[in-house]
Amino acid sequence: MSDTGGSSAEDGGEGSESGPTDGDVLETDGEGAFDPIEVFPETGEPDLRPGADDCYKCSTCDTNCPVAAVDEEFPGPKFQGPEQWRLKRREDHDIDPSITKCSNCMRCDHACPTGVPLSQQHNTARAEYVAQQVSRFSREYWRNRLLANYGTMARLGSRVPRLTNAVMGLSATKWLNERVLGITSEREFPEFATETFREWWADRGGARVSSEEKRIAYFHGDYANYNTPEVGKALVRVFESFGYEVAVPDQRCSGTPMFANGMLEDARRAATFNVEAFRELVEDGYDVVCSCTSCSFALRQEYLELFDLKGVETVATNTYDAVEYLRIYEDLEGALAEASGDDGQPAAFAYHTPCHARNQGLDGQTVELGDAVDGLEVHDVGDSCSGISGTYGWKRERYETSMTIGAEMFEHIERADADTGLTECPTCAMQMEHGTGYEVRHTLEVLADVLLEQ
Amino acid sequence: MAIEDDVLVIGGGLAGMTAALTAAERASRVRLLSYKQSTLCHASGLIDVLGYAPDRSGPLVDPFDAIPDLPQGHPYERVGTDAIREALHFFDAVVGDAYRGAHTDRNALVPTGDGTVKPTARYPASTAAGLASRPRATLLVGFETLPDFDAPLAAAHLRETGVPFETRGVTLQFPGIQRADATLTRYAHLLERDEPVDAGAGAAPARTVLAEAVRPHLEGVSRVGFPPILGDEHHAVVRRDLEERLGVAVFEVPSGPPSLPGIRLERLLFDALEELSVRVTTGVPVVDYEASADGGRIEHVLVDRNGQRVPYRADSYVLATGGLVGTGIDSSRERVSEPIFDCNVAHPTDRYDWFEDDAFGDHPFARFGVTVDRELRPLAADGEPEFANLRAAGAVLGGYDYAAEKSGSGVSLATGYVAGTHAAAEVRG
Ligand SMILES: Cc1cc2nc3c(=O)[nH]c(=O)nc-3n(C[C@H](O)[C@H](O)[C@H](O)COP(=O)(O)OP(=O)(O)OC[C@H]3O[C@@H](n4cnc5c(N)ncnc54)[C@H](O)[C@@H]3O)c2cc1C
Ligand code: SF4
Ligand code: SF4
Repeated sequence: MSDTGGSSAEDGGEGSESGPTDGDVLETDGEGAFDPIEVFPETGEPDLRPGADDCYKCSTCDTNCPVAAVDEEFPGPKFQGPEQWRLKRREDHDIDPSITKCSNCMRCDHACPTGVPLSQQHNTARAEYVAQQVSRFSREYWRNRLLANYGTMARLGSRVPRLTNAVMGLSATKWLNERVLGITSEREFPEFATETFREWWADRGGARVSSEEKRIAYFHGDYANYNTPEVGKALVRVFESFGYEVAVPDQRCSGTPMFANGMLEDARRAATFNVEAFRELVEDGYDVVCSCTSCSFALRQEYLELFDLKGVETVATNTYDAVEYLRIYEDLEGALAEASGDDGQPAAFAYHTPCHARNQGLDGQTVELGDAVDGLEVHDVGDSCSGISGTYGWKRERYETSMTIGAEMFEHIERADADTGLTECPTCAMQMEHGTGYEVRHTLEVLADVLLEQ
Repeated sequence: MAIEDDVLVIGGGLAGMTAALTAAERASRVRLLSYKQSTLCHASGLIDVLGYAPDRSGPLVDPFDAIPDLPQGHPYERVGTDAIREALHFFDAVVGDAYRGAHTDRNALVPTGDGTVKPTARYPASTAAGLASRPRATLLVGFETLPDFDAPLAAAHLRETGVPFETRGVTLQFPGIQRADATLTRYAHLLERDEPVDAGAGAAPARTVLAEAVRPHLEGVSRVGFPPILGDEHHAVVRRDLEERLGVAVFEVPSGPPSLPGIRLERLLFDALEELSVRVTTGVPVVDYEASADGGRIEHVLVDRNGQRVPYRADSYVLATGGLVGTGIDSSRERVSEPIFDCNVAHPTDRYDWFEDDAFGDHPFARFGVTVDRELRPLAADGEPEFANLRAAGAVLGGYDYAAEKSGSGVSLATGYVAGTHAAAEVRG
């Protein structure tokens, strides 16, 4: 815990924003639930408290937890959050190791009737557990660190994408991963694109539309950059077709896999970099849009809950999911209805809502857009969790849990009247492909097909 | 620009879902917007219409005999008997054979987890074989790791209430679960997927092992009641399988919270919403609104999305945000209020008048909520509608005490139905 310099609660406080819109949002109303907490302040004592006292033990969160339903050893979110806090307060208990079984899907957060910020409590409990109870020399630690810092691997790997893809597919590599690192050999590593999104962006000479009024800064994250640049390209083309000037600043991983692995110091470094990069653009009139719902969730909520950084609130309140942004500021449904002509290919998709999209009120938006387009059918496959939860399903000891949780979604996909999958989350997409063999696309790609084809 | 709909229903509990379903049969673009999970996941899954009269007499044999005598301002008095009946028919059509009780106006008597008998109008099919009005010898089965349902104690209580049949209770070990903190969904999942469990004699499917554990206790009984954990999505299959293995009728004993039958009903209603193309948005709250210049209509509401306030516009709105237990009614030391539109909530100004001295007395606070006209438009202190295009339904309404009357779900259904009907009628072509 060395990275506390200059970022204690007090230091950060001077920079924390209180612009005109900040004071009057609901969350300040008595709940106090979203106060940022400094995870490793000077004392080194993480704080699980925010909101714990609002819990009235109704167990609604427990009945929503996909891990608790398949694994008895996981005592559920009520224990991981509010109860663990009570234990700690009374007798300085260590964090229970079962916290590492939490997949960070945040369905508990979405469910709690009184708004207890369970995911914030889990993030901090996990961080304390990793900091204090996991050996820096254990395989688990290094494996998790590696998975959490996927972007670093990707940066190296994508320099020689064909070679990396070939090596990653080798059975010897898989054997090594499973045996030495504890990364399951059941899954295929996602392929690296031969041209990253940023390379494509630089190659085309950056933005092709300029505008004083309509400006967005794109947070692509690592996955759209290294693995699915077609999603990023679709975003750029769609926004340009609506007359937006697009900026693509330097950025790091959103931090989602780091939160999920208790690597909060890594997450803080990433968050600091990203907030700094995007804060300036926001001040210049840009809004931030993301193509991955876990990235937008990190920028809008997790940064704010966990780190007291200068400008963190400015960035959070100006960050959107890309599709959501067009829904709010453009007549997207109208444009889709107009563009969907007779020559459009009829298409049907089995759509899965990522858990993190639910927490931002984005469930349903893709289905609604499908309704607006003639010849496009989007079947919602229900509210079950995909089970992969980012890096979770890559761990050898979690693979089975991940697939057991996913079983319900696989069944629903197969039952739906479609043979292509659709979702906004890259790891949900991996799981859908892995469990059903379907090709899986991103909502933005489908929008681009409808709006820009001709 | 705002997100546009014809009807916007705020709150995703039983009242809000009923309003949205009703509206969707009459208007084309209906949205249901709900912040968090509703009280359906606590509630028993029973649809109580009226179990006791406001003077606490009862249990009532036929709620429809007592409804005409309800005081003015009671939600049932506002909507009228015909609307209550229509709402029940509507519910019956939506849930199909998942629910029973439609054949009669009279209340059914359902044994519950604490050994009382509850008068209710509609009950899940999974509880049907357990009705107290059927004189059949009964075994209740509880599990050591689920202490909230104490089967021998529940059986004793049932005997005390004088049910016309023999009742025994037994506590067993649930196959495949050792820990006392496993969630209810873990039990349901084990049975639903019939996962292999090891009860000492090698691994066998969970339902087989459970049936074997129950069998020695069956002597002389013709039905067995379990806590409501018998499966999730395919609970009917689980129940049927156990019946075949045990050779007796199997039923669930409503209890909770949390409660899987309530969650199953929620899922059923969500499926119906999808069927009718209702747009559903969850996870974000409505926090404020803009009114027209004269203040008479709601122009749009504002939804808080992680700090941004996004406008949602519709021709008409339904407020179904729940009561004191939900977050539809707020109480501070000074006053009781409705937080979104600040609709008038009449209540004594002296806080001491909120409570009776007697703990089981008639607490006025239980009836706090918005007052409405016969179209369910919330009324301001002067008796005029607050807004022409706002209606309210469910526990946000005042004038009744659902816990004492056992009328919670019935009021939500009836008022949701009426609010949804009027809201759809308001839509401007
Ligand atoms: C523990 C318990 C057990 C019960 N058992 C029974 C029973 O056995 N039988 C029976 O008939 N009744 C029972 N009830 C009562 C019954 O559940 C309720 O009376 C009734 O159904 C209330 O439904 P509702 O839709 O009005 O509100 P709720 O179920 O409270 O739903 C309100 C919804 O509105 C949402 N919301 C609130 N504020 C906002 C906002 N600002 N923006 C967006 N959304 C918002 C909430 O998140 C919630 O989803 C029980 C209630 C409780 C609490
Ligand atoms: S849902 Fe919220 S209030 Fe209920 S037990 Fe979980 S944390 Fe506590
Ligand atoms: S985040 Fe997901 S896995 Fe973790 S406790 Fe909450 S619901 Fe369970």
